[in-house]
Amino acid sequence: MQERVKAKAIELLENGACDRVLGWKAGEFFYDVTPAVFTSREEIENEFVYGPFCGANQSKYLIAESRKGGRVGAFLKPCDTCSFQQLQKEHRILRENVYAVGVQCAGMCDIEAVKAAGMKGILGAEDQGEALLVRTMYGDRTMDRAAALAERCKVCKSRKLLGCDEIIGDQGEELASARFDEVARLEAMTPDERFAFWRNELSRCIRCNACRNVCPACSCEKCVFDNPDSGAENKAAANSFEENLFHIIRAFHVAGRCTDCGECSRVCPQHIPLHLLNRKFIKDINELYGDYQAGADMETRPPLVNFQTDDPEPSIVHERGTNR
Amino acid sequence: MQKIGVFVCWCGSNIAATVDVQAVSDALAHEPGVVFSANYQYMCSQAGQDMIQEKIREFALTGVVVCSCSPRMHEATFRKTCEKAGLNPYMVEIANIREQCSWIHKDKQTGTEKAIILGRAAIAKVQLNAPLTAGTSPVIKRALVIGGGIAGIQTALDIADAGFPVDIVEKKPTIGGKMTQIDKTFPTLDCAACILTPKMVDAAQNENISIISYAEVESVKGFVGNFSVKIRKKARFVDETKCTGCGLCTEKCPQKKVPNEFNLGLDNRRAIYIPFAQAVPKVATIDPNYCTMLKTGKCGVCSKVCTAGAIDYRQQDEIMEREYGAIVAATGFEPISMEKFGEFAYAQSPDVVTSLEFERLMNAAGPTGGTLLRPSDGAHPHTLVFVQCVGSRCDGGEKGKPYCSKICCMYTAKHAMLTREKYPDTEVYVFYIDVRTPGKNFDEFYRRAVEDYGVHYIKGMVGKVVPENGKLKVQASDLLGGRQLHIDADMVVLAAAIEPDKSARPLATMLTASMDTNDFFTEAHPKLRPVESPTAGVFLSGACQGPKDIPETVAQAGAAASKVIGLLVKDHLTCNPCVASSNELMCNGCSACEKVCPYGAISYIDKEFRGPNRTTLVRRVAQVNPAVCQGCGACTVACPSGAMDLAGFSNAQIMSEVDAICK
Repeated sequence: MQERVKAKAIELLENGACDRVLGWKAGEFFYDVTPAVFTSREEIENEFVYGPFCGANQSKYLIAESRKGGRVGAFLKPCDTCSFQQLQKEHRILRENVYAVGVQCAGMCDIEAVKAAGMKGILGAEDQGEALLVRTMYGDRTMDRAAALAERCKVCKSRKLLGCDEIIGDQGEELASARFDEVARLEAMTPDERFAFWRNELSRCIRCNACRNVCPACSCEKCVFDNPDSGAENKAAANSFEENLFHIIRAFHVAGRCTDCGECSRVCPQHIPLHLLNRKFIKDINELYGDYQAGADMETRPPLVNFQTDDPEPSIVHERGTNR
Repeated sequence: MQKIGVFVCWCGSNIAATVDVQAVSDALAHEPGVVFSANYQYMCSQAGQDMIQEKIREFALTGVVVCSCSPRMHEATFRKTCEKAGLNPYMVEIANIREQCSWIHKDKQTGTEKAIILGRAAIAKVQLNAPLTAGTSPVIKRALVIGGGIAGIQTALDIADAGFPVDIVEKKPTIGGKMTQIDKTFPTLDCAACILTPKMVDAAQNENISIISYAEVESVKGFVGNFSVKIRKKARFVDETKCTGCGLCTEKCPQKKVPNEFNLGLDNRRAIYIPFAQAVPKVATIDPNYCTMLKTGKCGVCSKVCTAGAIDYRQQDEIMEREYGAIVAATGFEPISMEKFGEFAYAQSPDVVTSLEFERLMNAAGPTGGTLLRPSDGAHPHTLVFVQCVGSRCDGGEKGKPYCSKICCMYTAKHAMLTREKYPDTEVYVFYIDVRTPGKNFDEFYRRAVEDYGVHYIKGMVGKVVPENGKLKVQASDLLGGRQLHIDADMVVLAAAIEPDKSARPLATMLTASMDTNDFFTEAHPKLRPVESPTAGVFLSGACQGPKDIPETVAQAGAAASKVIGLLVKDHLTCNPCVASSNELMCNGCSACEKVCPYGAISYIDKEFRGPNRTTLVRRVAQVNPAVCQGCGACTVACPSGAMDLAGFSNAQIMSEVDAICK
């Protein structure tokens, strides 16, 4: 796949379809692959990486890249394409300045999952079909690729590539996903248990803002948490409880727009399962207003900023809230 | 820091009985910024208002907090008071310690605590208040009346008499509404047509009134004084300007099997029709569902016989766009469907009729020419059973309506009386839960039916009606006699409950006017503002607001007209300065606000901004039209980046209120 993606990147530059291409570069470690912009064949040949750790959702970078003049090429995985479309709906990405190449994806790996499988001294990893070849200081090992997948990829919701100019690999289908199972488990808790669960999880937060910075839905010109006029800026720092509220407020802000790409949890250095907050909102929206996937198409109005006469009355929302 | 005066009202004992007003004014005196705090028996009285004005001058107050009733009640009063003392009226905040505090608490201590908290929140808000100046907007001196029944006609006539042009939009081919179908009117028994049709003619001839019949409102935009309304004029396939109403086409049309809605399907009409002889406008209409020419392209008889050349098979729906300063909803009522009331055998026997159908059977212009005949065999009925409250006052409301339809007791008494008068050989039974006859000369009317006309009034409900051998076996209970009754009736008449016309609900959505759970329009105040909707510039006339008889409808129609006139005589209206605005530096251009704005006040522009290093960035940003914005605040909560804010109710003000409450 890496060769096909690289070849396409070079082709797009050379046939004039794009002025620059958004791809990935190796980071400090082989697994912290970083999004990067390429402008020449040499750069692509030497530095472009596409492999099992290219999890980053490129869509958010297109907000800025599509406004820099000229045309930018981008390689988008199925889940990225949801964000890509959602950001177009919000008028954040200028579609005409983007050449979108959809790349079919078998799921991205999580280095923690690889380590958990007992791998030590890991130097590199390669896809080998169903298996993952892990190069270690102690020689090459293989493991089941499915076991190395990130949580979000284990419960992948769709392999459909949406709104791309062309695609590499086969067009995929929506999948039956068990992504709400964990939310259901939290819902089954008593309010006290759930409060304790989140207090515990969020107590690890160091407010590095990585979740916000990576989130495609968090694309405000100026975030309320950075804005002294918002009245919320100091709230979050007042004490540990208000600090925790940062995540709750953020989840409210992206509610109805979050595509469940899972980037927040991927980048969290403290491994807080932030995606569960967003998934709770998605699950509620699905149950109250009918199934809705943000970014699944360009037309449907998001239920939270739409009014229909058969919408559930606020009392229903209230009842659900008190029953749980 | 503001210099704030706090004025706590007792509202007689309304507040003072469950809130220790002295404790409230004492506690609030220590809040930051408060330089004066006092309580008084009636703050809205002249003496109370004088005190506020005096203290504004004495302490050079920059903000005022009145702890009293709901701002819906007296916010405007206190704003005016302060304005007269030289304070900007938007520096006044009301803490509602009556409706939201004293009236709902029984314990004085909790009531007092809450009143202090509410006062504290209002003080926190005033700290962030800024003086606002209201602009003005012009008033379009034209009114729209939606619905051309007696309510709409009366409202239009009264508005037109005051010299303002008014349009009546009626969805049927003629104005007149339900009253045209009624035979006689209680309690005087004068003929409905005799008193209504002159009014219809008056409306048609009044130069200030335009009747737009066979038309429906498609969309409503704008706000009080400046509504822009799209009206769909349905194609009637007849040129209204040419048709003389001679009626020749309606006699020659070969399609004779069309159920006549004017007679409630009791007889047939042609595919081209004039609903009834006194229709206004008296113009023929082709029913596209039955016209052979429109369906198959073969026929054209009406076009051949029409000497005026008015028939136009290619006519299309026409969309008219008009501007109005005020809108009156007069959409009226419909009897409910009898589908769910299988026990009365309405669907099984044509001799079980609703009261409105009975009106047609008694009417000289009806299908039987005014002679009461059984629909099944045309025989003269001898025993008639009237059932009241069919679908009215139903508990649970699954089958019927929870409310009393109000008019049924009286019209049933009328029907029973008229039947006995015209046909003394009949036996007439009326089954009732209660007989409700409040109204001038109403109870006398009912008593005449019982005492002079010998109508058998029986307290109890009919349990079952079974058609058997040409008779209707009626099984009923006589609650006072404590027995079951079995009556072999020739006809059963059901006093069906009335419900708002089906067009009212979508209209309410267009008008952003609120409705109750039964789809009746809600009035701005149930006692003090009964003909105004809570939406400014929208008024209510007739049964669309609640069940009403004709005298009440006419009275309310006149009241609605006077409110409209009061609005239209003004050249300018003061705008609400509490409108939204977007901070362009923070706006993402995501369109969330535009999607939730019910008034269409938000648009987007691409605007140039200065970027780093002398570059120019073009960004899509929201702009609010302050003349259209009604200050509902939907955009401020939808905006993900907090760029939208509402003057007078800013995010910062609300947060500081919350902080004050949670302190």
